[in-house]
Amino acid sequence: MLGTTFILAIRSIRRHLLRSFLTTLGIVIGVAAVVAMVTLGKATTVSVQQSVASLGTNVLQIRPGQGFGRGGGGPRPPDFKQSDVDAVARQVAGVKAVAPQAQATGTAIYEGSNWSTTINGTTLSFLDVQPWPLQSGRYFTPTEEAAGKLVCILGNTVYQNLYRGGEAVGTRMRIAGISCDVIGVLTARGQGGFGDQDDTVIMPIKAVQRRFSGNRDIRLMLVGVDSAYATSTVQASIEDLLRERRNITGGKSDDFNIFDTKQISDTLTGITTALTGVVTAVAAISLVVGGIGIMNIMLVSVTERTREIGIRLAIGAVAREVLMQFLVEAIVLSMLGGLIGLLIAQLVVVGLSPALKVDYLFDPQINLIAFAISGLIGVVFGYFPARRAASLNPIDALRHE
Amino acid sequence: MAAVAASVAGRPPIISLRGVTKVYGAGATMFQALKGVDLDIAEGDFVAVMGPSGSGKSTTMNILGCLDVPSGGSFTFRGQHIELLSRDQRALVRRRYLGFVFQGFNLLARTTALENVELPLLYRGEDRKARRDLGMAALDKVGLANWWDHTPAELSGGQQQRVAIARAIVTNPDVLLADEPTGNLDSERSVEIMELLTDLNRNSNITVLMVTHEPDMAAFARTIVHFKDGLVERIDQGHRSGAKVEA
Ligand SMILES: Nc1ncnc2c1ncn2[C@@H]1O[C@H](COP(=O)(O)OP(=O)(O)OP(=O)(O)O)[C@@H](O)[C@H]1O
Ligand SMILES: [Mg+2]
Repeated sequence: MLGTTFILAIRSIRRHLLRSFLTTLGIVIGVAAVVAMVTLGKATTVSVQQSVASLGTNVLQIRPGQGFGRGGGGPRPPDFKQSDVDAVARQVAGVKAVAPQAQATGTAIYEGSNWSTTINGTTLSFLDVQPWPLQSGRYFTPTEEAAGKLVCILGNTVYQNLYRGGEAVGTRMRIAGISCDVIGVLTARGQGGFGDQDDTVIMPIKAVQRRFSGNRDIRLMLVGVDSAYATSTVQASIEDLLRERRNITGGKSDDFNIFDTKQISDTLTGITTALTGVVTAVAAISLVVGGIGIMNIMLVSVTERTREIGIRLAIGAVAREVLMQFLVEAIVLSMLGGLIGLLIAQLVVVGLSPALKVDYLFDPQINLIAFAISGLIGVVFGYFPARRAASLNPIDALRHE
Repeated sequence: MAAVAASVAGRPPIISLRGVTKVYGAGATMFQALKGVDLDIAEGDFVAVMGPSGSGKSTTMNILGCLDVPSGGSFTFRGQHIELLSRDQRALVRRRYLGFVFQGFNLLARTTALENVELPLLYRGEDRKARRDLGMAALDKVGLANWWDHTPAELSGGQQQRVAIARAIVTNPDVLLADEPTGNLDSERSVEIMELLTDLNRNSNITVLMVTHEPDMAAFARTIVHFKDGLVERIDQGHRSGAKVEA
């Protein structure tokens, strides 16, 4: 019985390929849109989370100034001193390590290749804040750090662009006109939403302060928080301490800002999730419209095929069989549409992933859900036309022109 | 006033109508198409139904074909009261015992002759091989075995009607009902169809009931039932089926 119905439905679809294709187009587009949007949204969320995670979890970033965007007007707030770093490290409970950073930019040159990059001066404690394994070579020693020796560890992007896979450790390159010995190459952390973290050269902070920036200022502190402590508590304690040290009293606002990477991650994830939701909702509407398209064309088809229904009834089809044929036809059509939509969605995701700088991701759940929904649309929107076909009087149906 | 055809060789009739009425519409638009038809059809008979337009021939055929129900009276098929059956039960009677041929052929478009012929078998739940074998055998009977993969659009009117007859007989029905089967065909094609019906009646033992306006076609039948004003007016019996072939 079901086999017969299935054969009839498939035959009917095959005989009217164009009509079938147009019927199902709405479902194809709807499913493709929903699946592509949800998948890309997820991929973006994953990528944001990864890039934030690569900044370190339980890491606070402290900078002078009032945070993103609000720097304009008034004198620039002073950078931090080494004594601030020491105070945070020693006086705040829950602080595991503090890595000061002094930054400069310059072009690195090695044997005719050159690459413009950021020089990050720091101390060995940056490894305690967030580990960063070496691909080859070594970190600088405490002695080299204390002496501010001109030794440098290359980020992977710098390494690839200057050495193109060749041996770097033991060579000597020039950066911003100053020679330094390459002692190590870091593993790649990857592209993230915050720019390329591997586009950096790491040196002892004293070397950067003395040879590049010419002062002892510290532009950035990275604070590693003991996972037993809540980052918000530690953040509050640091804020109090720095306000005191920078003589900010009463209602005056901070002239420095503390970022909690986890908080950034949560915020960004929230934004991408919300955006994904909105776009998906729009796509879902198109899916419903697609369903109505199926119903519309099935209804037209019932009218068009009245005579056919009459013939079937006359040769002994019972109402239920006619109902089932139309219903199965609608379901097969919309599921076929769903399947094609899923394939298109994968192509769209593969095509757009590089442009959005996210990794390709296959989410079985949304694919399954979308497929199930396409079947459901077939049932819901196919039922009404099918019932109408089945209730026709055979004589009237046969006489229909 | 009702005429009753005598049963052949004293056997009980396969079809029996008693006081069958049919009323269309209601109130001011009410119309009584049948006013109390009594009619017995003997198994194996070849019956032609004639009469003026509007006399109730098609209405009667629809009732006999279990496509419609009488408003009053009784209709028995092999002793079973059809007027008491539900819509689906009547569909099953059509499926098991009846075959239809219509004036307008009524084949499925874009569907090969074989697939059209196989359709009733599909509803009977026959498997693929049985459908093919029986379908081809039926097409062979109507002389269209070589045309099995042609769609109606690629067939002449006469050929289409023969495909329709193949479809009607593929299930080996007891009764073949044909409402003006030659109404859309020229006389040469019509004679071919009548010869086919005569052959099926004689050699496949199918009771044939056919509506026609043409005396030439009715002459192929053994019994001629004349309708007038919703009643059976007269029954001519003893025609020699196939008498026209020699003429
Ligand atoms: N569905 C219907 N609703 C209302 N009246 C109908 C319907 N079907 C048939 N009639 C009427 O019933 C009467 C008998 O119709 P029927 O079709 O049985 O005639 P017929 O003998 O087959 O005529 P013809 O030779 O023209 O085909 C006609 O007057 C027709 O108008
Ligand atoms: Mg008629």
